[in-house]
Amino acid sequence: MVESSSESLADTPLAALHRELGGRMVGFAGYALPVQYPAGIMAEHLHCRAAASLFDVSHMGQAELRGEGAAAALEALTPADVAGLKPGRQRYGLLTSPSGGILDDFMFANLGDRIFLVVNASRKDHDFDHIAAHLPQGVTLHRHEDRALLALQGPGAVPALATLAPGLAAFSFMGIGSFDIGGVEAIISRSGYTGEDGVEISVPADQAEAFARRLLALPGVMPAGLGARDSLRLEAGLCLYGSDIDETTSAVEAGLVWSIGKRRRMEWNFPGAERVREELANGPKRLRVGLRPEGRQPARGHTPIAGADGAVIGEVTSGGFGPSVGAPVAMGYVARPFAEDGTALDLMVRGKAVPARVAPMPFIPHRYAR
Amino acid sequence: MSEMRFSKDHEWIRTDGDGATIGITDHAQNALGDVVFVDLPELGRVVAAGEACAVVESVKAASDVYAPIAGKIIEVNAALSDDPGLVNREPMQGGWFFRIEPADASEIAALLDEGAYHSFVDSLA
Repeated sequence: MVESSSESLADTPLAALHRELGGRMVGFAGYALPVQYPAGIMAEHLHCRAAASLFDVSHMGQAELRGEGAAAALEALTPADVAGLKPGRQRYGLLTSPSGGILDDFMFANLGDRIFLVVNASRKDHDFDHIAAHLPQGVTLHRHEDRALLALQGPGAVPALATLAPGLAAFSFMGIGSFDIGGVEAIISRSGYTGEDGVEISVPADQAEAFARRLLALPGVMPAGLGARDSLRLEAGLCLYGSDIDETTSAVEAGLVWSIGKRRRMEWNFPGAERVREELANGPKRLRVGLRPEGRQPARGHTPIAGADGAVIGEVTSGGFGPSVGAPVAMGYVARPFAEDGTALDLMVRGKAVPARVAPMPFIPHRYAR
Repeated sequence: MSEMRFSKDHEWIRTDGDGATIGITDHAQNALGDVVFVDLPELGRVVAAGEACAVVESVKAASDVYAPIAGKIIEVNAALSDDPGLVNREPMQGGWFFRIEPADASEIAALLDEGAYHSFVDSLA
């Protein structure tokens, strides 16, 4: 019950608004951000699945790649198909290391004359240095430190925002484009990290607070904090970098092979291709799986996972209580023989075995506008 | 009903009959947020003052609950297994955690009284 000091944390452009709304500020990736507002994590989570919730994700790294050969330059660092992405479309990808680990997961979008990037807050300095160090002449990386990023998520998000941005409703999942909303130049993608329909909106930092207030004034929109963002993405089966994926895990182990372009899987010319190829051919030693503990007790990250004979065969990487599931949910890595759906395992919570079963993810079906 | 005392770990304790009842304060439940599970100690367990002996799980995190005094666990609140939200709704009544048989009842009087606890909470803000 000890709250950490907020000294030396950076503010996002919405810091004053968070405090005005009663946000409980915590440190996350070097930023002071609201873990929840007075409504509480449970209510904020359920509201997002029922209506629309506004999240401040300005801590994430935004940048763009410009110049002839930008797509090819990015493909040298990721197994994703960048060159084949059509204008007005966004994709999820991984930055991989030569040994096949995951350096970060990120979004990239084709904005016609440039590639727009969004990376994790905790990795942005690493990622942008890494990308900049590998660019050929003529391709340049521009960081957008002067832009805020807002996520409006939930079934009510697009209907509400479409009143300000006509044309947005015609976008399908992962569509992206620029809009002028009352003089605010916004880059809007129909995407997010909650499993719900919704958008992420990049706006100039100095206009972000007024813009956020406009969004909060739309019917059905409530603010939500990091706590709900985490429980929503966990129910959606989505990975948190640093917990569920890192430099030791591969795309195959993490179940993220779908993010590797088909063409890239014929060319095998991305960092770590050897490991991915070997694991696809022979099977990885471990796999990321969903876990449903029996009863109500949550199993958190780093909980050891034991097989029937008591031997440890894996570890929980993310876990908590799923407000929409109404029960605890978790994900983690298990040795491949234990990865089949329905496999009975024990989660060793504080030394006591909590029976659990391997379960398909997402725990709550995605409701993207496909 | 006898006077309630408080620990700096945000537990309350109230002597009643042969034992003392322990729970967490309104300040604590508010800081934790929605409680989804409570892991209670085993009956008969002997605990030291300040020993972690229960765990309260909110949506976000697990937090230890400490025994404010030394003694033996003589009862736990079975209602919390079906309705852990009692901790949020009635932290000082129906949301109690466990009852303890004090090893030394004078330990209770040495804890914070209500005024001192509220001053302590105010000093944290």
